[in-house]
Amino acid sequence: MSWALPLPVVLPLLAAALNTALDHVTPRWAHVAVTLAAVTTALVFSVLVLLHSLSAEPLHWFGGWQPRSGIAIGITFAVDPLGAGFAVLACALTLLALLYSIPYIEAATRNYDVLVSALCGACCGLALSGDLFNMFVWLELAGVCGYALTGFDIRNRGALQGAINFAVVNTVGGYFVLIGIALLYARTGALNLAQIGRALAGQQPGGLEIVAMTLIVCGFLCKAAVVPFHFWLADAYAVAPAPVCLIFAGIVTDIGLFGVGRVWFTVFDAPFGAQQRLFGDALLWMGIVTALVGGTMALVQQHLKRLLSFSVVCHIGIMLVGLGLLSSKGVAGAAMMLLGHGVTTGGLFLAAGLLAVREPARWTAALWFAGAVALIGPPYVGVYMGHALIDDAAVELGRHWVQPLIWLAGALAGAAMLRAGAQVFLGLADDYEHGIEEGRGGPLPYLGAIAALLVTLGAAVSVVPGLTQRVVRGADRFRDRAGYADRVLHGIPMKEGAHLPVVVQPTSTASLVYGSAALVFAIALAAFAVHRRDTARARVFEPVTWPLQQLQTGVVGDYVMWVVVGTAVLGGVWALTLR
Amino acid sequence: MTSVLPYLVAGWICVIGLYGIVTSRHLIHLALCLTVTQSSTYILLLSIGYVNGGGPPIFKGVKLGTTAVDPVVQSLTLTDIVVSLTVLALILALALDVHDELDTMDPDKIVELQG
Repeated sequence: MSWALPLPVVLPLLAAALNTALDHVTPRWAHVAVTLAAVTTALVFSVLVLLHSLSAEPLHWFGGWQPRSGIAIGITFAVDPLGAGFAVLACALTLLALLYSIPYIEAATRNYDVLVSALCGACCGLALSGDLFNMFVWLELAGVCGYALTGFDIRNRGALQGAINFAVVNTVGGYFVLIGIALLYARTGALNLAQIGRALAGQQPGGLEIVAMTLIVCGFLCKAAVVPFHFWLADAYAVAPAPVCLIFAGIVTDIGLFGVGRVWFTVFDAPFGAQQRLFGDALLWMGIVTALVGGTMALVQQHLKRLLSFSVVCHIGIMLVGLGLLSSKGVAGAAMMLLGHGVTTGGLFLAAGLLAVREPARWTAALWFAGAVALIGPPYVGVYMGHALIDDAAVELGRHWVQPLIWLAGALAGAAMLRAGAQVFLGLADDYEHGIEEGRGGPLPYLGAIAALLVTLGAAVSVVPGLTQRVVRGADRFRDRAGYADRVLHGIPMKEGAHLPVVVQPTSTASLVYGSAALVFAIALAAFAVHRRDTARARVFEPVTWPLQQLQTGVVGDYVMWVVVGTAVLGGVWALTLR
Repeated sequence: MTSVLPYLVAGWICVIGLYGIVTSRHLIHLALCLTVTQSSTYILLLSIGYVNGGGPPIFKGVKLGTTAVDPVVQSLTLTDIVVSLTVLALILALALDVHDELDTMDPDKIVELQG
């Protein structure tokens, strides 16, 4: 099985290279066929790798450079179920985005297919890699493809602004990651995640480890758009073509959180494991602030895709809360949230894209409302299971106040979507900018079917029998630093786990209550905002969001300043407490 | 690992690059400031791998056990150069588009979406 591990990365990259090389030789349909074939094959292999990883830890040492007595010189792909699942999601969403793009983006040049497939390969690479520097390279490759795809409509003024802000902020974040990696290499002489963790274990952590951790974590959080690193996201995602937004919302934003989780549970857990709450609580608070900022900012947006962008920020915050709880249930909740939110929000971006093809119809409205409800998460719908797992994890830690805050944040973003749906799709008001893209088209049933498929899948993730249990088991392995190092460096096979039941996981009563209340609250707030539009805006929403909107200046220098300030504050807090 | 000086230089270059990005009023100036920040990573990486009295890490025809500087950081630097050059090229291309479309190079003047 080891030979198959690199294929989800290699195939899309090969297709990108082939299409670039044959740019002026083969016709357009051949390019599309090559890209689709490569991504489909990559999807098949990533599913095979996922199935294999459930009972083993598949490893691939490039060039056959196996580790000797625990010292790794080569580069490895080391796959756990969460990483493989992420690769499956990346390939599947890329495939759907490509299918949607074929008629939708008429002016799609060959570069479009090349960039999308390279982006898919980079995201898979980051999910599968077991080497810190290798992760940095995939992060940067995903970034470069993302910047280019954002600025794809260069005739659009907003697209240029979005692409430049996206590129500069994330490049600065990338350098932070690189400096952190260099410091870790200086201390340990290793780049393999497992080996760095081994080298740092049992040592008294010093300032160097704190600086390295701050820089690496903040660099990844720039990509994940966590407050105060989030400003670029709304500028970029609002202007990217709808199918590109599907990939961005579904996977590209989340690789930042995946990276933070990966480096904590394989590397920094070793020196700071004894004080893990200091690390986790910092993420927890950042997550709560991010979720609430995203939710409230979504309420005042008048641009459909920008609204969805802030909903992405909101859900990224909720996922960060799950990650910050650092328990298996918390991480599993973040993963379930990632799956449900990524697929549903992707579907909503595609539904927003449908407006470019023709006037809103009843069924597009139904699609939009279904997606909005799935993102709020009433019992057993959409992101509910992610919420429920995070609730459980928070209660286990005695942090009961986490639950109402993250449910409220999700409901705020949901209310914003319901309101926009009523105004745009049902035509209750016409003061909304649709965010319609120019020069788009295609057969409506075909495009609508892809959007509907995504929304349906996203709404159904909470009731897939057995999925939750397997994600929790996957999170167990994701967190198991010693076991990971044993498997990677010494080839010790993992122990056979108990057989997992194939049923829908029951949830706590509190989550049922919160989920229902969130839906009712969101509908009530949306109804209030629609019926008393002027009062709601002037008296309720804008006083709250005014300072936040003032910060969202759209100027890249301001955003980079927030990155520097955020990094300095987080580093300062950890320097004072992690001793 | 000779002295603390290279690390101070790396830190200083990183900070002045960031200062330049934050205060920049010209997109090409901004792209170059990004490159300045990036240069700090080269200096950091190379000073981490430096060994006093070490030769280049080329081992053909050299006596076994000869001291050499760390080749890993050098390959990291090379990768870093390749990656960052791509980003730089892309930002410069976007800057050119901004100039053609909007006839300005000021990041403050290309703001279409805010709030």
